[in-house]
Amino acid sequence: MTTEEKHITSYSLYARVLIILMVLTAITITAPSLNLTAFTILIALVIASTKAGIVLTYFMHLKIENTLLRIMVIMVLGIYGSVIILTFADYIYR
Amino acid sequence: MEHTEPDRDDIGAKLGMWVFIFTEILLFGGLFLVYAIMRHRYPEDFHLASRQLNTFIGALNTLVLLVSSMTVAMSISAVQKKDKRMATILLLITLLCAVIFLVNKYFEWGHKISLSLYPGSDLMMQLKHGYILFFSLYFFMTGLHLLHLIIGAIILGVALAKIRLGLINDQHYVLLENGGLYWHLVDLIWIFLFPLLYLIT
Repeated sequence: MTTEEKHITSYSLYARVLIILMVLTAITITAPSLNLTAFTILIALVIASTKAGIVLTYFMHLKIENTLLRIMVIMVLGIYGSVIILTFADYIYR
Repeated sequence: MEHTEPDRDDIGAKLGMWVFIFTEILLFGGLFLVYAIMRHRYPEDFHLASRQLNTFIGALNTLVLLVSSMTVAMSISAVQKKDKRMATILLLITLLCAVIFLVNKYFEWGHKISLSLYPGSDLMMQLKHGYILFFSLYFFMTGLHLLHLIIGAIILGVALAKIRLGLINDQHYVLLENGGLYWHLVDLIWIFLFPLLYLIT
Protein backbone atom coordinates (compact mmCIF):
# COMPACT_ATOMS: atom_id res chain seq x y z
CA MET A 1 0.00 0.00 0.00
CA THR A 2 1.23 3.47 -0.73
CA THR A 3 -0.58 5.54 1.81
CA GLU A 4 2.63 7.08 3.16
CA GLU A 5 3.09 10.75 2.58
CA LYS A 6 5.22 11.72 -0.37
CA HIS A 7 8.54 13.36 0.43
CA ILE A 8 9.74 15.48 -2.44
CA THR A 9 13.37 16.33 -1.95
CA SER A 10 14.30 19.68 -3.43
CA TYR A 11 16.79 19.98 -6.30
CA SER A 12 18.87 22.42 -4.31
CA LEU A 13 19.44 19.91 -1.50
CA TYR A 14 20.73 17.38 -4.04
CA ALA A 15 22.96 20.03 -5.59
CA ARG A 16 24.43 20.87 -2.18
CA VAL A 17 25.01 17.17 -1.47
CA LEU A 18 26.86 16.88 -4.80
CA ILE A 19 29.10 19.84 -3.94
CA ILE A 20 30.01 18.26 -0.59
CA LEU A 21 30.78 14.95 -2.31
CA MET A 22 33.00 16.72 -4.86
CA VAL A 23 34.89 18.58 -2.13
CA LEU A 24 35.49 15.26 -0.32
CA THR A 25 36.72 13.71 -3.59
CA ALA A 26 39.15 16.60 -4.08
CA ILE A 27 40.47 16.05 -0.54
CA THR A 28 40.95 12.30 -1.19
CA ILE A 29 42.91 13.02 -4.36
CA THR A 30 45.21 15.59 -2.76
CA ALA A 31 45.69 13.81 0.58
CA PRO A 32 48.31 11.23 -0.56
CA SER A 33 50.60 14.03 -1.79
CA LEU A 34 50.88 15.31 1.79
CA ASN A 35 53.01 12.23 2.60
CA LEU A 36 51.28 11.20 5.77
CA THR A 37 52.36 7.63 4.92
CA ALA A 38 50.83 5.61 7.74
CA PHE A 39 47.63 7.61 7.74
CA THR A 40 47.07 7.67 3.97
CA ILE A 41 44.97 4.51 3.96
CA LEU A 42 43.08 5.56 7.06
CA ILE A 43 42.28 9.01 5.64
CA ALA A 44 41.17 7.53 2.31
CA LEU A 45 38.90 5.01 4.03
CA VAL A 46 37.39 7.58 6.40
CA ILE A 47 36.62 9.94 3.51
CA ALA A 48 35.22 7.10 1.36
CA SER A 49 33.01 5.95 4.24
CA THR A 50 31.80 9.50 4.81
CA LYS A 51 30.92 9.81 1.12
CA ALA A 52 29.16 6.45 1.18
CA GLY A 53 27.20 7.57 4.23
CA ILE A 54 26.12 10.77 2.48
CA VAL A 55 25.03 8.85 -0.64
CA LEU A 56 23.06 6.36 1.50
CA THR A 57 21.42 9.08 3.57
CA TYR A 58 20.47 11.59 0.89
CA PHE A 59 20.61 10.00 -2.57
CA MET A 60 19.27 6.64 -1.40
CA HIS A 61 16.73 8.37 0.84
CA LEU A 62 17.55 6.53 4.06
CA LYS A 63 16.92 9.80 5.85
CA ILE A 64 13.24 9.67 4.95
CA GLU A 65 12.79 5.89 4.68
CA ASN A 66 11.14 3.82 7.37
CA THR A 67 13.04 2.66 10.44
CA LEU A 68 12.99 -1.02 9.47
CA LEU A 69 15.10 -0.29 6.40
CA ARG A 70 17.57 1.78 8.37
CA ILE A 71 17.98 -0.99 10.93
CA MET A 72 18.52 -3.51 8.12
CA VAL A 73 21.23 -1.38 6.51
CA ILE A 74 23.02 -0.92 9.82
CA MET A 75 22.82 -4.68 10.47
CA VAL A 76 24.33 -5.56 7.08
CA LEU A 77 27.15 -3.08 7.55
CA GLY A 78 27.69 -4.51 11.04
CA ILE A 79 27.89 -8.04 9.65
CA TYR A 80 30.37 -6.97 7.00
CA GLY A 81 32.40 -5.07 9.60
CA SER A 82 32.66 -8.16 11.78
CA VAL A 83 33.69 -10.28 8.80
CA ILE A 84 36.54 -7.85 8.11
CA ILE A 85 37.66 -7.88 11.74
CA LEU A 86 37.44 -11.68 12.05
CA THR A 87 39.29 -12.27 8.79
CA PHE A 88 42.12 -9.95 9.75
CA ALA A 89 42.30 -11.38 13.25
CA ASP A 90 42.59 -14.84 11.73
CA TYR A 91 45.19 -13.71 9.18
CA ILE A 92 47.40 -11.82 11.60
CA TYR A 93 47.35 -14.27 14.53
CA ARG A 94 47.49 -17.44 12.49
CA MET B 1 -6.41 9.00 0.52
CA GLU B 2 -6.04 8.26 -3.14
CA HIS B 3 -7.06 5.24 -5.08
CA THR B 4 -4.46 2.46 -5.11
CA GLU B 5 -4.64 -1.01 -6.58
CA PRO B 6 -5.05 -3.68 -3.91
CA ASP B 7 -2.17 -5.83 -5.17
CA ARG B 8 0.34 -3.08 -5.22
CA ASP B 9 3.09 -2.93 -2.61
CA ASP B 10 5.66 -0.23 -3.23
CA ILE B 11 7.22 -0.56 0.20
CA GLY B 12 7.66 -4.29 -0.34
CA ALA B 13 9.18 -3.64 -3.78
CA LYS B 14 11.67 -1.24 -2.30
CA LEU B 15 12.46 -3.60 0.58
CA GLY B 16 13.16 -6.35 -1.95
CA MET B 17 15.49 -4.04 -3.87
CA TRP B 18 17.38 -3.26 -0.68
CA VAL B 19 17.78 -6.95 0.17
CA PHE B 20 19.24 -7.41 -3.30
CA ILE B 21 21.56 -4.47 -2.70
CA PHE B 22 22.73 -6.13 0.52
CA THR B 23 23.79 -9.21 -1.42
CA GLU B 24 25.66 -6.94 -3.82
CA ILE B 25 27.41 -5.22 -0.92
CA LEU B 26 28.52 -8.61 0.40
CA LEU B 27 29.67 -9.67 -3.09
CA PHE B 28 31.87 -6.61 -3.53
CA GLY B 29 32.71 -6.74 0.16
CA GLY B 30 34.30 -10.15 -0.35
CA LEU B 31 36.45 -8.75 -3.14
CA PHE B 32 37.48 -5.78 -1.02
CA LEU B 33 38.48 -8.21 1.70
CA VAL B 34 40.66 -10.17 -0.75
CA TYR B 35 42.20 -6.88 -1.82
CA ALA B 36 42.88 -5.86 1.80
CA ILE B 37 44.57 -9.15 2.69
CA MET B 38 46.67 -9.25 -0.48
CA ARG B 39 47.66 -5.66 -0.02
CA HIS B 40 48.73 -6.52 3.52
CA ARG B 41 50.81 -9.40 2.20
CA TYR B 42 52.43 -7.62 -0.77
CA PRO B 43 52.55 -3.92 0.21
CA GLU B 44 55.53 -3.07 -2.05
CA ASP B 45 54.12 -4.67 -5.19
CA PHE B 46 50.69 -3.14 -4.67
CA HIS B 47 52.26 0.24 -4.11
CA LEU B 48 54.25 0.10 -7.35
CA ALA B 49 51.50 -1.53 -9.41
CA SER B 50 48.86 1.03 -8.45
CA ARG B 51 51.16 3.76 -9.79
CA GLN B 52 50.47 2.38 -13.25
CA LEU B 53 46.86 3.51 -12.99
CA ASN B 54 45.81 6.87 -14.36
CA THR B 55 44.52 8.95 -11.44
CA PHE B 56 43.12 11.60 -13.77
CA ILE B 57 40.80 9.18 -15.56
CA GLY B 58 39.83 7.66 -12.21
CA ALA B 59 39.00 11.09 -10.79
CA LEU B 60 37.06 12.05 -13.91
CA ASN B 61 34.99 8.87 -13.66
CA THR B 62 34.34 9.59 -9.98
CA LEU B 63 33.02 13.01 -10.89
CA VAL B 64 30.89 11.60 -13.71
CA LEU B 65 29.33 9.02 -11.40
CA LEU B 66 28.64 11.53 -8.64
CA VAL B 67 26.88 13.87 -11.07
CA SER B 68 24.86 10.99 -12.54
CA SER B 69 23.80 9.91 -9.05
CA MET B 70 22.54 13.40 -8.36
CA THR B 71 20.57 13.59 -11.62
CA VAL B 72 18.90 10.23 -10.91
CA ALA B 73 17.89 11.39 -7.45
CA MET B 74 16.60 14.64 -8.95
CA SER B 75 14.62 12.79 -11.62
CA ILE B 76 12.56 11.13 -8.87
CA SER B 77 11.69 14.58 -7.49
CA ALA B 78 10.81 15.70 -11.01
CA VAL B 79 8.45 12.74 -11.49
CA GLN B 80 6.85 13.47 -8.11
CA LYS B 81 6.32 17.06 -9.25
CA LYS B 82 4.77 15.77 -12.50
CA ASP B 83 7.55 17.48 -14.44
CA LYS B 84 7.97 14.97 -17.25
CA ARG B 85 10.26 17.19 -19.32
CA MET B 86 12.67 17.75 -16.44
CA ALA B 87 12.70 14.05 -15.53
CA THR B 88 13.55 13.18 -19.14
CA ILE B 89 16.39 15.69 -19.30
CA LEU B 90 17.81 14.50 -15.97
CA LEU B 91 17.73 10.84 -16.96
CA LEU B 92 19.30 11.65 -20.34
CA ILE B 93 22.14 13.38 -18.48
CA THR B 94 22.53 10.25 -16.36
CA LEU B 95 22.71 8.03 -19.42
CA LEU B 96 25.20 10.43 -21.01
CA CYS B 97 27.34 10.11 -17.86
CA ALA B 98 27.19 6.33 -18.20
CA VAL B 99 28.43 6.61 -21.79
CA ILE B 100 31.27 8.98 -20.74
CA PHE B 101 32.26 6.47 -18.05
CA LEU B 102 32.31 3.65 -20.59
CA VAL B 103 34.41 5.66 -23.07
CA ASN B 104 36.91 6.53 -20.34
CA LYS B 105 37.09 2.92 -19.31
CA TYR B 106 37.66 1.89 -22.92
CA PHE B 107 40.68 4.16 -23.21
CA GLU B 108 41.94 3.21 -19.78
CA TRP B 109 41.74 -0.53 -20.32
CA GLY B 110 42.92 -0.14 -23.91
CA HIS B 111 46.04 1.62 -22.68
CA LYS B 112 46.72 -1.10 -20.07
CA ILE B 113 46.23 -3.84 -22.62
CA SER B 114 48.51 -2.11 -25.14
CA LEU B 115 51.18 -2.14 -22.41
CA SER B 116 50.51 -5.89 -21.95
CA LEU B 117 49.29 -5.24 -18.43
CA TYR B 118 46.44 -7.70 -18.39
CA PRO B 119 46.04 -11.03 -16.60
CA GLY B 120 47.69 -13.86 -18.47
CA SER B 121 49.89 -11.74 -20.75
CA ASP B 122 53.52 -12.77 -21.33
CA LEU B 123 54.78 -9.66 -19.56
CA MET B 124 52.47 -10.22 -16.61
CA MET B 125 53.74 -13.76 -16.09
CA GLN B 126 57.26 -12.44 -15.54
CA LEU B 127 56.24 -9.84 -12.98
CA LYS B 128 56.20 -10.37 -9.25
CA HIS B 129 53.33 -12.15 -7.61
CA GLY B 130 51.90 -9.02 -5.99
CA TYR B 131 51.79 -7.25 -9.38
CA ILE B 132 49.83 -10.09 -10.92
CA LEU B 133 47.41 -10.08 -8.01
CA PHE B 134 46.93 -6.33 -8.18
CA PHE B 135 46.13 -6.28 -11.88
CA SER B 136 43.91 -9.35 -11.65
CA LEU B 137 41.93 -7.67 -8.87
CA TYR B 138 41.93 -4.38 -10.76
CA PHE B 139 40.46 -5.90 -13.90
CA PHE B 140 38.03 -8.12 -12.05
CA MET B 141 36.70 -5.47 -9.66
CA THR B 142 36.44 -2.66 -12.22
CA GLY B 143 35.03 -5.17 -14.72
CA LEU B 144 32.34 -6.35 -12.35
CA HIS B 145 31.59 -2.74 -11.50
CA LEU B 146 31.35 -1.95 -15.22
CA LEU B 147 28.85 -4.79 -15.68
CA HIS B 148 26.72 -3.28 -12.92
CA LEU B 149 26.96 0.13 -14.55
CA ILE B 150 25.74 -1.24 -17.89
CA ILE B 151 22.83 -3.08 -16.23
CA GLY B 152 21.96 0.06 -14.24
CA ALA B 153 21.96 2.15 -17.41
CA ILE B 154 19.62 -0.34 -19.11
CA ILE B 155 17.21 -0.24 -16.15
CA LEU B 156 17.22 3.57 -16.19
CA GLY B 157 16.71 3.50 -19.95
CA VAL B 158 13.59 1.40 -19.42
CA ALA B 159 12.46 3.79 -16.69
CA LEU B 160 12.96 6.71 -19.07
CA ALA B 161 10.85 5.03 -21.75
CA LYS B 162 8.13 4.34 -19.18
CA ILE B 163 8.16 7.97 -18.07
CA ARG B 164 7.67 9.04 -21.68
CA LEU B 165 4.78 6.58 -22.03
CA GLY B 166 3.24 7.80 -18.79
CA LEU B 167 3.60 4.38 -17.15
CA ILE B 168 5.84 5.95 -14.54
CA ASN B 169 4.08 8.98 -13.10
CA ASP B 170 3.66 10.84 -9.84
CA GLN B 171 1.55 7.95 -8.45
CA HIS B 172 3.61 5.08 -9.82
CA TYR B 173 7.34 5.51 -9.66
CA VAL B 174 8.74 2.62 -7.66
CA LEU B 175 10.59 1.26 -10.72
CA LEU B 176 12.43 4.55 -11.08
CA GLU B 177 13.18 4.55 -7.35
CA ASN B 178 14.57 1.01 -7.48
CA GLY B 179 16.53 1.76 -10.65
CA GLY B 180 17.89 4.80 -8.84
CA LEU B 181 18.87 2.68 -5.83
CA TYR B 182 20.78 0.34 -8.14
CA TRP B 183 22.50 3.29 -9.77
CA HIS B 184 23.54 4.69 -6.40
CA LEU B 185 24.96 1.26 -5.55
CA VAL B 186 27.18 1.55 -8.64
CA ASP B 187 28.28 4.95 -7.33
CA LEU B 188 28.86 3.58 -3.81
CA ILE B 189 31.13 0.80 -5.07
CA TRP B 190 33.15 3.24 -7.13
CA ILE B 191 33.54 5.53 -4.10
CA PHE B 192 35.60 2.72 -2.49
CA LEU B 193 37.24 1.37 -5.66
CA PHE B 194 38.70 4.70 -6.69
CA PRO B 195 40.80 5.51 -3.61
CA LEU B 196 41.76 1.87 -2.95
CA LEU B 197 42.96 1.10 -6.47
CA TYR B 198 44.12 4.47 -7.79
CA LEU B 199 45.15 6.60 -4.86
CA ILE B 200 46.71 4.58 -2.07
CA THR B 201 50.34 4.38 -3.10
